[in-house]
Amino acid sequence: MIKVSNLKKSYKNNPVLKDISFHVDEGEVVAIIGPSGSGKSTLLRCLNFLEKPNEGHIEIGGVSVDTTKAAKKEIHQLRLQTSMVFQHYNLFKNLTALKNVAHPLRVTKKLDKKKAEEIGRRLLEQVGLSNKADHYPISLSGGQQQRVGIARALAVNPNAILFDEPTSSLDPEWVGEVLRVISGIADKDKTMIIVTHEMNFAREVADRVIFMDDGLIVEQGTPEEVFDYPANDRTKKFLRDYQRQITGKTDNKNEKFAIV
Amino acid sequence: MNFDFKYMFEIIPELLTYVAVTLYIAIASMIIAVIIAIFLSLILVNRIPVLHQLALIYISFFRGTPPLVQLLMIYFGLPQLLPSFNSITAMTAAILAFSLNVSAYLAEIFRAGLESVDKGQAEAALTTGMTYPQALRSIILPQAARNAIPATGNTFLGLLKNTSLAFTIGVTELLAQGKLLATATLHFFEAYMAVALIYWGLTALYSWLQSWYEKKISKAYVREV
Repeated sequence: MIKVSNLKKSYKNNPVLKDISFHVDEGEVVAIIGPSGSGKSTLLRCLNFLEKPNEGHIEIGGVSVDTTKAAKKEIHQLRLQTSMVFQHYNLFKNLTALKNVAHPLRVTKKLDKKKAEEIGRRLLEQVGLSNKADHYPISLSGGQQQRVGIARALAVNPNAILFDEPTSSLDPEWVGEVLRVISGIADKDKTMIIVTHEMNFAREVADRVIFMDDGLIVEQGTPEEVFDYPANDRTKKFLRDYQRQITGKTDNKNEKFAIV
Repeated sequence: MNFDFKYMFEIIPELLTYVAVTLYIAIASMIIAVIIAIFLSLILVNRIPVLHQLALIYISFFRGTPPLVQLLMIYFGLPQLLPSFNSITAMTAAILAFSLNVSAYLAEIFRAGLESVDKGQAEAALTTGMTYPQALRSIILPQAARNAIPATGNTFLGLLKNTSLAFTIGVTELLAQGKLLATATLHFFEAYMAVALIYWGLTALYSWLQSWYEKKISKAYVREV
C-alpha cells in the first residue's frame, strides 16, 4: 500500500531525514514514535509533499513518485492517495463544520451539494458531531474541531490517512474523545500512519510501531516487541524517559514499559 | 460676520449633480486598482522571481510620490512619451492615475490579508486533494478579503477625497463646480463649505455602509453564545 525507499530530507545543511525506508500494508495501522525533532512529522509531511523530499522513492496506492524529479501532476496524484489530520486541526475557518467536510468533495470529486452534504452529515455523525453541523470552527472546542478534521480526512475516502500528532495541542480533557474516534476508524481496516506522543494509545491501536530518532528508523515491530522488549538502547532510553515523565518512577527490575 | 447660510444651502442641489462624476472616478479607479492589487499581492506572497522585485519598485514609486504629480505626469507627460496617448481625455487620465496610485496601497493591504490566513488551512486544502488555485478561491481569498476590508475601506475614503485633484487637469467634478460658483458669486467660504459638507456626507455614508457590511460578514468568526 505504502512503500518508501531511501527518503532523504534536509533543511539548508541540516539533515532531518537521513535514509528512511519502510512499508505499510493495506489495512495496517502504524504508529511512529520518537523524541521531538527526530523527524516523525517531517516524514509524514513528505508523504504528501507538504515538504519536498530531497531524495528517495514514494509509492502509495499504485502511484509511484521519484521525489527528485516529481512533476506537479505526479505530486497532485500522490496527494489524492492520502489525507491528513493535523496537530492544529487546520479547519477552514470560513466554513461550517459540515462544509469543512463537504466542500472538498464538491471541489475535488465534483459532487453536487446534496450528495456532498449527505456524506458530510454521515461522517459528522460517525465522529459524534451531528448537532454541530452548522457551527463555525471558532465556536467548537479543540476536541470537536479535531473530530471535524478527522471527518474531513475520511470524506475524500483516501487509500490511507496520515495523523500528525492529532492530540498534541488538545487540552487533556478532550484527548480521550479524539483517541476513541481514531480507534473506531482503525477498527474499520483503514490504512493509517499515526505520529503520536500517546504511548498507551500507540500500543492499543497500532499493528506495528516504528521508533525514530535523529532522522533514522531505529527500531520497529509489534507494540509488544517495541514497548516490552525494546532491543535498541535509544528506544529503551526514550521509553524510560517517557515513563519517568508520566509516572515519576521507572520499573528498573525488568525494564518493561507497561505503561498504565 | 459675512456668511450667507441661505446661499450655501441653495447651491447644494446643484453641486450634488456633480457627485455622480466624483463617484464615477472613485468607483472606476477602485475597481481597476483592486484587480491590479490582487495580482501584485499574489506576486508578493508567492515571491515570484523578477516580478517580485518589479512589484516592489512599482509599489514604492506610487506610494512614495504625490498623487498630484502622478496625475500631471500621466495627463501631460505620457502623450509626450507615447504619441498614442495624445487623445487621452482628462477623465481617463484621472482614472488611470488614481488606479495606479491606489493599487500600490492595496497591494500591501492584500498581501497582509493573504498572510493573515494561516498556512495550515492551505495545507489542509491540498491534503484533501484541492489544487492551490482551488484553495485560494474558496478558502484563502474569502478570509483574506475579510481581513483586508477595514484597511481597504480607508484607502477608498482617501481615494474619494483625492478625486478632487482631477479638477487640476480640467475634469469638472464636485470641487471644480464649487470653484466655478465661488468665483462667479464671490461667496468663497459658502461654496467651498458646501463642497466640504458633500464630501463629508459621502464619506460618512460610506463608513456607515462599511461597518454594517463588516458586521454581516464576520458571523463565521464570532463565537456563538
